[in-house]
Formats: sequence, structure tokens, C-alpha cells
Amino acid sequence: MAMLNYAVENPMTAVRRGLEPLIPALRRFARALARNSETADDLVQDTLVRALRGEHLFHGGDLRTWLFTILLNLDRNRRRSLSRKPVLAVIEDVDPAGDPGADGRARDIERGLSLLPPEQREVLLLVTLEGMSYREAAESQGVPIGTVMSRLSRARTALREHLEGELPQLRRVQ
Amino acid sequence: MITKRDTPITEEELHAYVDGALPYDRACEVEEYLAAHPDASSRVAAWRKQATLIRERWGGVADEPVPERLKIDHLVSRKAGAARKIAAAAAIAFVIGAGVGWVGHDLSGFGRNTDIARALADAAIEAHRLYVAEVRHPIEVRADEEHLVRWLSRRVGSQLKAPDLQPEGLKLLGGRLLSGPRGPTALLMYEGTSGDRVTLTTARAMREGESAFQWRSSGEVGAVAWFENGLAFVVAGPAERERLNRVARRIFDAYEVAENEKK
Repeated sequence: MAMLNYAVENPMTAVRRGLEPLIPALRRFARALARNSETADDLVQDTLVRALRGEHLFHGGDLRTWLFTILLNLDRNRRRSLSRKPVLAVIEDVDPAGDPGADGRARDIERGLSLLPPEQREVLLLVTLEGMSYREAAESQGVPIGTVMSRLSRARTALREHLEGELPQLRRVQ
Repeated sequence: MITKRDTPITEEELHAYVDGALPYDRACEVEEYLAAHPDASSRVAAWRKQATLIRERWGGVADEPVPERLKIDHLVSRKAGAARKIAAAAAIAFVIGAGVGWVGHDLSGFGRNTDIARALADAAIEAHRLYVAEVRHPIEVRADEEHLVRWLSRRVGSQLKAPDLQPEGLKLLGGRLLSGPRGPTALLMYEGTSGDRVTLTTARAMREGESAFQWRSSGEVGAVAWFENGLAFVVAGPAERERLNRVARRIFDAYEVAENEKK
């Protein structure tokens, strides 16, 4: 019996070990989602706490999509509570250092994303920023792949209109 | 013969092409198609640009050092802090348990039930405060896990229910078990559309009997307590007496229906 214990790793330990390397990606995704770095790290922290508390609820499968599912749910709750009370969250300014054009481009993409319905923004970020497959994105959002495809398509169309429609105007102002 | 080459390129495949999700052969066919279709080609170019902008803007975050508070070791030691809160809740449950026990031992009638209900309600108000306002994760088992009611019933030692409070705009979030010396105490948490939360605390009373609804409030939290069929109930929530009475009535009715079905 003692021999068997060597072969079967404690699932709790396995989850903990698997969590650590995923934290940078969770932070990146949360930052793009929440835009404010404090809020984003709060989201990641809550996600990790929940994952650690629910270790026993994780029965194998993809740890990454499970974590992103938790994070997305927490973000939805957060937005719901934001809409209840007027909270002035700090939207951070883009770091002005570096490539002078980068500033404007970053602002454009931020603004463009912020105008998308949340579920479209989520899909676009899961696929482009996190490099998830459509199947993984679907699993993270808890929807069929077809829904992911149509959200992605709508997100890209709307964002294109925003970027190509507003960029020339901004240039004119300058 | 129809080859794959003749299969029209779909919009979905254009996305898959941008996202690198197409097999090599098909990707080559898409490239040929794009060369001949400037409209599709400019769409694809725009999508690519979006992805580049997104990665340019946020990609670097993953290279930042992970703050201390997000490290697993730190979070695991934080769980010890959470355990202390649970101990505090157990102390409250002790009060509830003791109160429930007292009903059985010391009362020949229900004349003094008002006092007991008050003590119970106070304890439940505290538990309510602890789990609704203070703890970030108020729920141990979520409502959609079907074993919630079965588990709590087994632990409390009586058939419990998770009454449907949707007519009052309350959705069941889940529940947790508080342990007291007189036996386990179940706490169910409901949430309204505006995020207001209502808890139902249930423990076994030590004797059969019923009581009227007792109202108790402390600050912004109110509670309605009663006894029925060997169980003690406390509903706690925002101190709106009429609403909590309606909620209590629904819970009472839900148990009544279950009781009648048994007969």
C-alpha cells in the first residue's frame, strides 16, 4: 500500500504545483480585462484563493481553463457590483516612455476593447492575448464553440470599425 | 472529383487562419484565396493588427515579477487566517447550538420562546454579518452542486430544504455548515438581484413544537426566528421587516408542504 502512495500524487499538491506557472498569464489577462492593475491583481488573488479552496473540486482536466473560468466569473461579479454603486476606478494612463506612437496605439486599442460587450472582449483576449484554442476559450467561458466563433467575429468587426474609423480623426486633431 | 481545394473558404476559416488554427495545407489555400480577394485580405490584415496591438499593450505584464501577495506560499498561509474566521463562526454556532439545546432542556411551554428566539436571532445575525459582509468567499458549497441540501441534511440530522425564494427575488447561492456542540447548523445564503443577501440558519431544536415569528434587529441587519417540527429557523437579512417576514413565510410554507407530503 505504501508503494501506491508514491505513484499517486496528492491532487491538492498537483493543483498547487500547477498554479504557480500560470500566475503571470492570469495577471496579464486580468490586466487587460480590468485595466486597473490593483483591481486586476485583486481578481487574480481571488481566483487563486478560490482555486486553492476548491482544490478538491478540480478533477483533472485542463487547469488553465478552469482558472480562467473562475477569473471570468469573478470579473462578472465585480462588474455587476460596480454597476450597483458608482465607483470611480482609476484607469491607468499608458506609460508614456518608449515609442512615441505606442502611446496613442495603446489608448486606441484600450478604448476599442472597452467599447465591446464583455463576452466579446473576453473571447478576443483569450484567443489573441492568451493564445487559447477556440475549444479552450469555449471551455473557459462555458459556451459552445459556435458561440465563441460568433463572438470573436463580432468583436473583430466592431474593433476594426473603431480603429479604422477613429484613427484618422485623431490624426486630424493632431 | 471534388478536392479540398474546391471547398469554399469560410469566414470561420479566415479567423482560424489569423489565429494559427488551420492545418498547413488549408492555410496555404487560404493564402491563395486572400491573394485573389482584396476585401477578405484587408479584413484579415486588420484582425492581425488588432492582435498585435493587444499583445503589444498587455503582453509585457506576464514578464513582470509576481507580487508577493499572489504567490501560492503566501496564499496558502493566508488560508490559516481564513481558518481563524471559521473558528469564530464556530463560536457563534456554539451560541446557536446552546440556544437550540436550551429550548429542549429548560422549557416546558413556549412562553419564554421569545427570549430564546431573540438569542438565536442575535447569533444568526452575527453569523450573517460574518459571512455576508466580511468573508470574501461566503459559500462553502455552491447551490448548483446537487449534494448541498443532502449534505447539510445529513449533517444536521434532519431533512432540510433549500426553499425557492425566487418570488422574493432571491436566488440560492449555496451553503455552509457551522458546527456547534449541540450539533451541526446549516447556513444557506441567498442573493437578490441588487446583491442584497439573506441567510437562512437552521439547526435542530431539541423538542417538537412551534412558535410564532420573532423579529429581531441589530443595526442594518434584521432577523426573523421561529421553531417548527423540531427545527429552529432564523432568516437574517437587510432590516426590512415586512420583506423578511414574507421570506420567512415562504420558508415556513415550503417546510409545511414537505411535512404534509410525508403524511
